[in-house]
Amino acid sequence: MSLIPDKPPFKLLDILYKKEFILFVVLVSILIINSNISPYFLDLYNLIDSTFLFSEKAIIALTMTFVIIARQIDLSVASIIAVSSVVLGYTTSLGYDTWLVLLLTLLSGTLCGAFNGAIITKFAIPSIIVTIGTMSLFRGLAYSFLEDSYYNKFPKLVGELGGGYLYGYIPYAFLTFILLAFVFAFILHKTSIGKKIYSIGNNPDAAQYTGIAVDKYTFVLFTLNGLFSAIAAIFLSGRLSSVRPNIAFGWELEIITMVVLGGVYIYGGSGSILGVVISIFILGMLSFGLGLLNVPGVGIIIFTGLLLILSIGFPSFVRTLRRKNE
Amino acid sequence: MKKILLNRDFILFSIILIILIAVGFANPLFITPKSISDVLTDTSILIILALSQMIVILIRAIDLSVASNLALSGMLISLLSTVHPELPVYYFIALSCVIGTTLGVLNGISIAILKVPFIVTTLGTLSIYRGLIYFVSDGKQVYSNEFSEDFLALIHFKFLSLSFLFWLAVVVFIIIYVLLNHTRFGRNLYSLGGNPDAAKYIGVNENKYIIMAYSLSGFFAGLCGYLWVARYSVASTQIAIGFELTVISACVVGGISVMGGVGTVLGCVLGALLIGLIRNALPAVDISQFWQLAISGAIILLAIIINTKTEQRKEKTIMVEN
Repeated sequence: MSLIPDKPPFKLLDILYKKEFILFVVLVSILIINSNISPYFLDLYNLIDSTFLFSEKAIIALTMTFVIIARQIDLSVASIIAVSSVVLGYTTSLGYDTWLVLLLTLLSGTLCGAFNGAIITKFAIPSIIVTIGTMSLFRGLAYSFLEDSYYNKFPKLVGELGGGYLYGYIPYAFLTFILLAFVFAFILHKTSIGKKIYSIGNNPDAAQYTGIAVDKYTFVLFTLNGLFSAIAAIFLSGRLSSVRPNIAFGWELEIITMVVLGGVYIYGGSGSILGVVISIFILGMLSFGLGLLNVPGVGIIIFTGLLLILSIGFPSFVRTLRRKNE
Repeated sequence: MKKILLNRDFILFSIILIILIAVGFANPLFITPKSISDVLTDTSILIILALSQMIVILIRAIDLSVASNLALSGMLISLLSTVHPELPVYYFIALSCVIGTTLGVLNGISIAILKVPFIVTTLGTLSIYRGLIYFVSDGKQVYSNEFSEDFLALIHFKFLSLSFLFWLAVVVFIIIYVLLNHTRFGRNLYSLGGNPDAAKYIGVNENKYIIMAYSLSGFFAGLCGYLWVARYSVASTQIAIGFELTVISACVVGGISVMGGVGTVLGCVLGALLIGLIRNALPAVDISQFWQLAISGAIILLAIIINTKTEQRKEKTIMVEN
């Protein structure tokens, strides 16, 4: 009887076939191309400031990774940002203390997420359709509350968090993202919670039979996604120092692109935090580079959409071809 | 009799009547024939798009790119009409449909051949098609005075004091009704949505049907591209932005199940009418336009919860009988 090893033996060649490695190669080539095209790209201050463009989205992408690995999707995150930003502006205008303002903002996002989770698990409705509904419900609440006015006064701490640097170098939003990425990578890859999330995504019924409380996990993941949207809302409002109901419009797409491009399978069960982090840098450096070349935002939107479709379509097309040849 | 009273479409029809009467009490001007004909005209594009979205939802998919497709087709023919105003209007309509169908086929190919999940594909093309509008138009608008008279005239044509748009919606309704209920293509769509594996075993070519469904969705989006531009006599980068959600909510309210294979053509039209009625009734009863989005969101959620509840109950009954 031969023993089956816990882990497959380590081979250097295997690394080359990993999604993360391919993503890393793409990232490096983007960096090289960018620095050759524009002399301003490799400037340390420019690079640091470019992280402002994606840090808030990246924070949500972390919890979104969990949600998608568990075979769910959340299209309402950008609308939750709108709700939380409005709560942030409103509670500030009431003259509450900073800690209370922040607490209520985080609470509003958490409640929105819990609302999603409750409807999805209680009524057993697919999350895509529930969050399409709450996407307009939450955004609509922000509109009906704020109408065509705006908030531009926030606690000093919020402005500092959104636009400030630790020791004058590291933006707080970026720092938060990096620290959270380590925490999430640890939870997903090194704890039993992570293993359970993978097994829910691979086969929810089987996971249920092995004793995993699938509904409880789903509910918590959506609540967490709401909380993180609120955290992103604080950074974003502080950075823009103005809140309108259309804040973060269309971000759900960009966040899902970050996750899916990072190799997370859209129907759940596979993916890694490392892949998502690399893909966040790819997208961030890409739009920063294109921006330096004066390519308008629209060009970046088209490019992102194409990248999203091709990054999934190309590998599966190659797989189909190979199967046919066999 | 009990069967009729519990029929989904009948309940939906009653709700529409009740809302109509209630709003009529609050504001009698709302239920004059003129005003009702305006509501019907205003809802026609939604009805056409909901019917074509229904085809896609029946096979367990969703087309999120319809509004962007509509806007891109509309913008392209508007730009052409500013350069060649002498061309007949039918030419523009045909061209708009061709562009829309092409964009739809691209969706279908990505989903069926490249095996990119529909949600990823149509979310992607939602932004690609929208982005291309900026690209082709340079972000500029085409205003009403730049269209030829011929281009805008057709939309103002009236028959029996009801608008061209309304009659067109009626024609599309009849076509889709026949297509889904009385052709092999339509019944196969239902079977693919109801049980894809079983459908494949009886010889339904899934990929072909996916591409067909998305090209039909694209065709009608293209048609509505012309209708939208001509009706509002303006083409901009922003037209119909977010309209895909209204279309999907019309389907969901109309009882088209997002799990596939369930729903009637009449229900879909009634769902669209209900949404259109509410959108038009809000200003009539002095509710701010800003509430519209929140109310449509709440309606989608409510409708989907009711749908799921009734479906789950049916499933339980079947299990007991066995």
